[in-house]
Amino acid sequence: MDYFAQQLINGLVLGSIYGLIAIGYTMVYGIVGMINFAHGDVFMIGGFIALITFLLLVSTGLTAVPVILLIVILVSMAITALYGWTIERIAYRPLRHSFRLAPMLSAIGMSFVLTNYSQVAQGARVKPVPPVITGGYTLHESADGFVIQLSNIQIVVVITTIVLLAIFTWLVSRTRLGRDMRACEQDQTMAALLGVDVDRTISMTFVIGAALAAVAGLMYLLYYGLVDFFMGFVAGIKAFTAAVLGGIGSLPGAMLGGLAIGLIETFWSAYFSVEYKDVAAFSILIVVLIFMPTGLLGRPEVEKV
Amino acid sequence: MSGDKILSIDRLAMRFGGIVAVQDLSFAAERKKITALIGPNGAGKTTVFNCITGFYKPSGGAIRLTHDDGTTVALERLSDFRIAKQAKVARTFQNIRLFPGMTALENLMVAQHNALMRASGFTLLGLLGVPTYRDAEKRAIDLATDWLKRVNLIDRADDAAGNFAYGDQRRLEIARAMCTEPALLCLDEPAAGLNARESAALSELLLSIRDELGTSILLIEHDMSVVMEISDHIVVMDHGVKIAEGTPREIRDDPKVIAAYLGADEEEAAAVMEGGA
Amino acid sequence: MTAKPATGTTSILKTAFVNALIALVLFSLMVGIRTEAGASGQLTYWTRFGELASLVAAVFGGSIVIELLRQWIGPTGAEKLVPPAVQSGMSFIGRYLAPALLIFTLLVPVIFYNQRYILDLAILVLTYVMLGWGLNVVVGLAGLLDLGYVAFYAVGAYSYGLLATNFGWSFWICLPLAGILAAFWGVLLGFPVLRLRGDYLAIVTLAFGEIIRLVIINWQELTGGPNGVSGIPRPSFFGIPLDNSDDGLAAKLGIEYSPTHRIIFLFYLILALALLTNWATIRLRRLPIGRAWEALREDEVACRALGINTTTTKLTAFATGAMFGGFAGAFFATRQGFISPESFTFQESALVLAIVVLGGMGSQLGVALAALAMIGGFELFRGLETYRMLVFGMSMVLIMIWRPRGLVGHRAPTVYLTKAKAISSDLVKEGHG
Repeated sequence: MDYFAQQLINGLVLGSIYGLIAIGYTMVYGIVGMINFAHGDVFMIGGFIALITFLLLVSTGLTAVPVILLIVILVSMAITALYGWTIERIAYRPLRHSFRLAPMLSAIGMSFVLTNYSQVAQGARVKPVPPVITGGYTLHESADGFVIQLSNIQIVVVITTIVLLAIFTWLVSRTRLGRDMRACEQDQTMAALLGVDVDRTISMTFVIGAALAAVAGLMYLLYYGLVDFFMGFVAGIKAFTAAVLGGIGSLPGAMLGGLAIGLIETFWSAYFSVEYKDVAAFSILIVVLIFMPTGLLGRPEVEKV
Repeated sequence: MSGDKILSIDRLAMRFGGIVAVQDLSFAAERKKITALIGPNGAGKTTVFNCITGFYKPSGGAIRLTHDDGTTVALERLSDFRIAKQAKVARTFQNIRLFPGMTALENLMVAQHNALMRASGFTLLGLLGVPTYRDAEKRAIDLATDWLKRVNLIDRADDAAGNFAYGDQRRLEIARAMCTEPALLCLDEPAAGLNARESAALSELLLSIRDELGTSILLIEHDMSVVMEISDHIVVMDHGVKIAEGTPREIRDDPKVIAAYLGADEEEAAAVMEGGA
Repeated sequence: MTAKPATGTTSILKTAFVNALIALVLFSLMVGIRTEAGASGQLTYWTRFGELASLVAAVFGGSIVIELLRQWIGPTGAEKLVPPAVQSGMSFIGRYLAPALLIFTLLVPVIFYNQRYILDLAILVLTYVMLGWGLNVVVGLAGLLDLGYVAFYAVGAYSYGLLATNFGWSFWICLPLAGILAAFWGVLLGFPVLRLRGDYLAIVTLAFGEIIRLVIINWQELTGGPNGVSGIPRPSFFGIPLDNSDDGLAAKLGIEYSPTHRIIFLFYLILALALLTNWATIRLRRLPIGRAWEALREDEVACRALGINTTTTKLTAFATGAMFGGFAGAFFATRQGFISPESFTFQESALVLAIVVLGGMGSQLGVALAALAMIGGFELFRGLETYRMLVFGMSMVLIMIWRPRGLVGHRAPTVYLTKAKAISSDLVKEGHG
């Protein structure tokens, strides 16, 4: 039971990270209708930028952890958001009204570019960081000495996720930008006729998605203590699975799907086999798509004849 | 009504979630006759079509197709392609669905897929190029050529269907449906978007299909001049239920029909009157 | 980067300046600072402002060049690079290009007899031509987007590798088996994904490809895991080995043994396999099944209304494509003599898909040309190993922007009454599944 509770905590934390990445997929799919294959790599870039910013700040002699984290989060969000904006501008916008396969291949190409750019720029080796946020709480200690730990870093990940989600939900439901985004999702032509700047709205979607992915990258860095140039691919597919599981296009769905994937992966590793955890995640993707292609919170699609 | 029925629909119902599209609908189509299904927009006509041709599974009721040899098929139990393949029901679509990147001839060849598939020994014999398949293919091309002549598109046999003018696409779609050699041909608004001359040609084509080939036709149509001219029997729907049926003359004078159209749309009501005049 | 066309010199400079500024921010940390784990696991960093400055300068210069080109070519930009006259000329050349290319390919071992490097490269290109033609059945004809094609390549390679090393079965028995097993997996994948469309299908096939690779990595008892399978027998000339022994082909023919013989044999083997794929595809297109594939790509609903069983039609497309992938995999295993999961990554799937799309979706000649261009272009960057994938990714993006419809932009009809007229690819649908 204690082991179960510990895995539950671990799973929720991992799920928060997936959920943050999944939002980027779901938003872009909702508005542009394409899978942004490069999004996983944007997450990876976010992790790298966070790492480098962190390293620079520490070397200046700054020691106050909250200040460092705040600066790191802002810098990585800002720069990664610019990556998201640039990617859309270069690789997707020219192909927006093109034939359907073209943006998908362009996105795959962009994913290769980012992965290998990062490898060329920062080397192939895994970059470890020492634990930044240490300590935690012992929630429960059983008779046989098993301890349920809730570490501070786990608390930080979950709280950051909740805060970001709150800001984000407000952004989408209450602001002009959010309204424009929802309008573009429904009908781009009509939105444009009604004075919505479609190009700008789509750009902003990529910017917000990338910023959230950057936070996920930072969380990943803090939680696992490492980044490498290849981490975007698998994390990207899992986050996409989360987006689909939650119902693509649905923001709460993306978060819910992220949590579900995080939990499934953690429990699978804990109780079955670590080697096959990715197989489990991918199998879930296939099963979900086949049996409930609209996901948990998605809208059903009626075939028009 | 009396006579030899090819299609009989009994208490058909179709619901989407809470929305009732068709309710308690019963009517029949006679063999070798043209039956028209009319009604204002949103009356549920296309839904009925989709139930007959297997694109929707009805929520309730029975759809029976009786072949010339007396065998009866329960259409509501067959799914999509089997209705065309086994029950021999062919259809066209309101918003034309040709294979735009294939030539007119290729479109008609695809329609003969099942016959050619058998002839090609499910590909294996065809891959080896056996003469029986080559003969079958030649016959298929002949049938397609024949239909291209009937719909007056023989000069454009080798042009991509996507390049055809609207009216030509409509006729090609009918030819394609006929190439499946159906027992019942279902046409969803075949005259939509056609000019007066093309409508007249369409009427002629449908009459020749009925009279020369003996194919039964069920059609949805808004163009009352076409409906009144060629239909043997008319079924009127509104809000998912049948409000009237009878011969063109009976329908023209039916106050319920006029009320339905007047209530729905002035333009259409005017069209009914015009068609009747 | 900026879409608005700049007119005056000042505005060109302004655009270039803005782009350079964006580049500065993007590259500042990623390029300007280089991190590395030290000996004790401690992270260290050093600055690379020189590289950063030159990159930013390159973006500035590049922007000016692009803006100038844009003004020179006109607002439509890239499309004008291929004038219509050239496009219609291409179809004319196409008629003579294919036979000429075939004759040249047949003569490659004669012309480059002692140039091992060129022969190896030619074998590689032909392998991708075959893979491209195989995937073309699924993507180009049936319009089903498959991002996990490498899985079937892997199934074929491992089928031969394991059957040959464990049971000592010969290549010629294993080759059809590899194809059949791959086709079987194709059907297995096909069944569940039939209902999916477009992007969902793409992502599921991608996941399937990854699952196969992960299972190969983790099922160590069977596949040797990451270490792979080694000592896979080389192919024999229908039972006669191609080696230096007394039973070898060289000894039997009474000629002097040379290791080039085997390379040339492999060359003709893959050429034969590729041509078989091509022949079968051309043949299938003219059969009802091939027409049904193309009809499926054009409009699935209409297919159903015509009584075509879309399920079996899709499955046969998957199985046929997978079978050719399996053949190519068996060939790969016998050529390399060693296989490991590393050879079957998503990158391979993406490369083959890029070949098909660049080739022009459904055009046999286009696929062959695209394979030549892609693999040949790839080879130019052999020395710069780490930059290879970077350049590959960039070229994928640029090619899609330049020619989203691929090199050969028309479709040839499968049957005609009087005259076969090429159909512009603007009319041809790309499938939704």
